Amino acid sequence: MEKSKFEINILQISEISALIEFGNEISEDINKKIRTFCEYIDKHTFEGFVEYVPYFTSVSVIYNPLKIKSDSPFKFLKSILEEILLNLDFSSSYEENIVEIPVCYGGDLGPDIEEVAELNKLTVDEVIKIHSEGRYLVYMIGFAPGFPYLGGMSEKIAAPRRETPRLAIPEGSVGIAGIQTGVYPIETPGGWQLIGRTPIKMFELNGKPKSFLKSGDIARFYPISYNEYLKLKEES
Amino acid sequence: MSITVLNPGLLTTIQDLGRSRYQKYGVIVSGAMDTYAMRLSNIIIGNEENEGVLEITMMGPSLELKRGTLFSIIGADISPTINNKTVPMGRPVYLKEDCTLKFGDCKAGIRSYLSVAGGFDVPIVMDSKSTYLRAEIGGFKGRALKKNDVLNVSIKSTISYKIIEKLKEIKNEGSFIAPSWYAKDYNIKNSERDVIRVFEDRQFNNISAESINKFFSSEFVIDIKSDRMGYRLNGPKIELKEKLEMISEEVSVGTIQIPPDGNPIILLADRQTAGGYPKIAHVALVDIPKIVQLKANNKLIFKKIALEEAEKLYFEKEKYISDIKKSIKLITL
Repeated sequence: MEKSKFEINILQISEISALIEFGNEISEDINKKIRTFCEYIDKHTFEGFVEYVPYFTSVSVIYNPLKIKSDSPFKFLKSILEEILLNLDFSSSYEENIVEIPVCYGGDLGPDIEEVAELNKLTVDEVIKIHSEGRYLVYMIGFAPGFPYLGGMSEKIAAPRRETPRLAIPEGSVGIAGIQTGVYPIETPGGWQLIGRTPIKMFELNGKPKSFLKSGDIARFYPISYNEYLKLKEES
Repeated sequence: MSITVLNPGLLTTIQDLGRSRYQKYGVIVSGAMDTYAMRLSNIIIGNEENEGVLEITMMGPSLELKRGTLFSIIGADISPTINNKTVPMGRPVYLKEDCTLKFGDCKAGIRSYLSVAGGFDVPIVMDSKSTYLRAEIGGFKGRALKKNDVLNVSIKSTISYKIIEKLKEIKNEGSFIAPSWYAKDYNIKNSERDVIRVFEDRQFNNISAESINKFFSSEFVIDIKSDRMGYRLNGPKIELKEKLEMISEEVSVGTIQIPPDGNPIILLADRQTAGGYPKIAHVALVDIPKIVQLKANNKLIFKKIALEEAEKLYFEKEKYISDIKKSIKLITL
């Protein structure tokens, strides 16, 4: 295959996994390529395929070498992947999948918002405005079920992690760490500055389990009142 | 049929081969730490190899088992007994009457697998019965077993019934019957120092030559903070050639990360789905059982092999498992 065309490498990384490297920097273009590949695999699985996991610049492909009828399962897998990649159209434009997330900013649900405002010499309202005007690309899901790694936050509201992490950050908390923003899907310890909370369940266990966001989505936050928060919380 | 928990032991959870297909949503794989022991414990009693089993850690539980139960224990030797009589490991055991299964001293290894013919009747969450403790997902109510829990057992397979028929032919006075045969080569042995075979991982070349040298020539000691997520090692500090800005990337069972403090971490069943620390090496899958049976203060050394060699060892071990499957079928003909 014309590797130079895409600059894509396929490496064996263990007895049962391969890694497809799409590049070596965080960029929307690489994320789009990864999304194109993953959406293809979602529809066209193959013998011996177990799962794929998308990361910032690469996708790992886990396979069952016992189900690939070849003396060299990785080589066989590699040729399948090369063929798939060669035939994918990475240039096609996407309809953006925009996902709106309601957030009740400040107060008890966002105890660090004043600190974030102070650090950046802004008012709390300005922090809310900047945060909710942003367009955030979901680069990957990881760290915890449904936890999105979002790109695209304005540096105007950046804030360092707290010196002492909280032992329990409530589910749905919206936080800032450096120039990153994210939502905590389950209660977990963490050091992010908390600016608000969403009533939306970021990870659904029952029925068809799934993450509210997926790699490649565009997340947008919009402010809601405490009463709206309680109402939506009850509904979800 | 059911099992009643009289005493839960230190950490007893239901585990199978874990959750595949959900890592893309950030869901960790979980599953048995020693998947070979777990699979074998199922195979020799006629279960599907991926059936949920009890993973027993260091201090075993006391369990009330019903007459007619067929079970097996493989992995660490935590001195299982029924009515003060040793229960043989690595083979099917059939109960002729209601019994209390107890565990005692932890003689070799720390994780043992108890499978029950039919499997545990717990909800399948994201294709798996494995317990994911932090998210309270799967297993028995998403948690470790507690006193007075009652675990329901599902209907046995035809192979399980055939194994029982064979066992009933054995003349025996006690409350349980076990055959003289057992899954060979699967006894956990205590050793002074385990040799763990590893192959190079992605940031191998970013580690200083001196540290690479130390990594393969020094003893590492298992830290007390080791758990199902990962084993932390104490030994010589491993250093990078120069500071490295990493973007979170793939990790898998056996990945050895080097965090800023220089103490290696071997990632295991409950690892996160991504990692941002440099990866020096990767444990050959066939040697994962050796690691997970080590306890705090045990020692290990790393030996470098090629990935192709690890692959060869992997196929050999799978051949062994498949041979055991065939012998079980032969026994039940």
